[in-house]
Amino acid sequence: MKIHIKNGRLIDPANGTDAQREVFIAAGRIVGVGAAPQGFAANRVIDATGLVVCPGLIDLSARLREPGYEYKATLESEMAAAVAGGVTSLVCPPDTDPVLDEPGLVEMLKHRARNLASAHVYPLGALTVGLAGERLTEMAELYEAGCIAFSQANAQVTDTRVLLRALQYAATFGFKVWLQPEDPYLARDGVAHEGEVATRLGLPGIPVCAETIALSRLLVLVRETGVALHVRRISSAAGLEGIARAKDAGLPVTCDISINHLHLCEQDIGYFNPQARLIPPLRTSADREALRRGLADGTVDALCSDHTPVDDDAKQLPFGEAEPGATGLELLLPLTLKWADETQLPLGRTLARVTSDAARVLGIQAGHLAVGATADVCIFDPRGSFKVSPAVLRSQGKNTPFLGAELPGRVRYTLIDGHIAFENGR
Amino acid sequence: MHNPQLNRNGALQHLLTIDGLPREILSDILDTAAPFTEVAEREVKKLPLLRGKSVFNLFFENSTRTRTTFEIAAKRLSADVINLNIGTSSASKGESLLDTVDNLCAMQADMFVVRHAVSGAPFLIAQHLAANGRDHIHVINAGDGRHAHPTQGLLDMYTIRHYKKDFTRLIVAIVGDVLHSRVARSQIGALTTLGVPEIRVIGPKTLIPADVDRLGVRVFHDMRAGLKDVDVVMMLRLQSERMQGALLPSPQEFFKYYGLTADKLCCARPDAIVMHPGPMNRGVEIDSAVADGQHAVILPQVTFGIAVRMAVMSMLAGT
Repeated sequence: MKIHIKNGRLIDPANGTDAQREVFIAAGRIVGVGAAPQGFAANRVIDATGLVVCPGLIDLSARLREPGYEYKATLESEMAAAVAGGVTSLVCPPDTDPVLDEPGLVEMLKHRARNLASAHVYPLGALTVGLAGERLTEMAELYEAGCIAFSQANAQVTDTRVLLRALQYAATFGFKVWLQPEDPYLARDGVAHEGEVATRLGLPGIPVCAETIALSRLLVLVRETGVALHVRRISSAAGLEGIARAKDAGLPVTCDISINHLHLCEQDIGYFNPQARLIPPLRTSADREALRRGLADGTVDALCSDHTPVDDDAKQLPFGEAEPGATGLELLLPLTLKWADETQLPLGRTLARVTSDAARVLGIQAGHLAVGATADVCIFDPRGSFKVSPAVLRSQGKNTPFLGAELPGRVRYTLIDGHIAFENGR
Repeated sequence: MHNPQLNRNGALQHLLTIDGLPREILSDILDTAAPFTEVAEREVKKLPLLRGKSVFNLFFENSTRTRTTFEIAAKRLSADVINLNIGTSSASKGESLLDTVDNLCAMQADMFVVRHAVSGAPFLIAQHLAANGRDHIHVINAGDGRHAHPTQGLLDMYTIRHYKKDFTRLIVAIVGDVLHSRVARSQIGALTTLGVPEIRVIGPKTLIPADVDRLGVRVFHDMRAGLKDVDVVMMLRLQSERMQGALLPSPQEFFKYYGLTADKLCCARPDAIVMHPGPMNRGVEIDSAVADGQHAVILPQVTFGIAVRMAVMSMLAGT
């Protein structure tokens, strides 16, 4: 399949491109930018007049819910959501049932995903067996089976000796570890940020120090072991300060935030809206402003959807009993664009956080569109907008605090390995 | 954000929390309650205002006193009262909360009085009723988690007004386990809305919630300093579970520093009143000499509670 994308505005953050450029694709790769290679004859011409052509999005956290939670979502439904959202690569955390702690499970997941010929799936292997924080997994075997890094998802390793050894072991092989900093004792029973809103609503709180204490402990262990750490879902200004200091000190640390924490804060819980029940909790507007600044200046390396489809039965409960999480694969691009609109940052800089910067965190060759790159492409209408509703979401999860919001950006085409995986006419 | 307690005309559709209700509605409830206090003194203690209506007491958490006072209030208004003690949390086993509600709706309920261990449960029910076009059914929050207990807050306001007449010159202190107290939150909401100029909360740091000053209160950790010149002392119940979870060392130490004794009460104004939502733990948060003393208005609170609940029910039934 040879594809010619014409008349589009090419934004390729990794290569500093933001200009009208033709893009030529053959055999799954970019073969020409600006000028066609000699003798190029397209089978398909995509007219991208008025549209932005950018690298396919890389989502650093998307739960596909397989295996084990097929009643919440299936690989089919969520991969369809991914391409509809312009996402061409995604990282799935290991908190499935069973947990991704055995090579066979990872191979099966990779195999199932490959058969769908959709977005590239990068599983995170469990750092400890069953995420229980007691025994190490066969990390090297899991890596061979296709795990990109190792994680505890939302679970914690409470035993510091186990954590130290897990990090040492991962560092032995040069594996990166992705952890979410939350002190399990301070966060126990908590359902919302410990602050004014939780006090008013009588919700058990999770203090900011649950994040900073856990982060400090992790950073000490990074220094001790030399392991490369990716910090998932920083939620507070104080936590972000810790990250900035670690980076200044030259520690091998990266971090991400979710689209929810980029745009929302504790006030969005409103009258106990269970859609705003998230892990980590939404914090204050001052925290949100710090996260936005951090994302703009690069202290926060990447923005992710933290896609977590939840069935209605698990959300139609009082706030504290509702299952945490929000669907997000189809909102990653719109909420990146909304952030760009609000901050007036150049589109190239904002899109970098969901393309080239995310690829850098992952350590993969993706997220750019130079000649020779894999042809994972997102083509979207920056002026198009849509209202978030259960009907427009392809994900099986209809749970998001953005229900009813009018968001910018309509994906028109998603190309994966040079084939059209998603196409949406006007 | 639309306040789900009010209907399109701004009238009270449900009573879920005091927060966000205008002062007029609170005053209206207190004014409506006044004549109901006399009904109890008649030979026939009944009014026909809720005749033919079915009131479901839906208690997901055990309670004897609150359920009984709601039952008496509804019966004095001639309603049919059905008591359901479900007892366990909705998520843990069996039928979901909203399935229970749907079933009771199918039994032609007119009003739900809901108590639930989880904050926000009555909101979920009210939102569910609205989403299903059941605007004729009213919800009264009889206590949800740590969040709110609005009828308790209102009966406390009725009591204060009865003894002190004017809210706008008072210093009121709320003492004890504010962190876990839905009563305290409703009291703070009501006192601020009714224009009390100084509200204090008194307790050890482990029992004072984060950023509580943002609710418009002053925080004291020294009880004598906090009680200085106050007109109203509102004691909170301390539950024995608080000794677990490293919140407090012992009931004895709590009593010594935060229990209301005649000696500590001397810091307050000589005509101060002492209130307690019940049930009291004598010797833990309050000394018997105070609980039974001349400043205490704890039993009148109970009597006024029935009138206030009658007022709320009759007003909701009228919308």
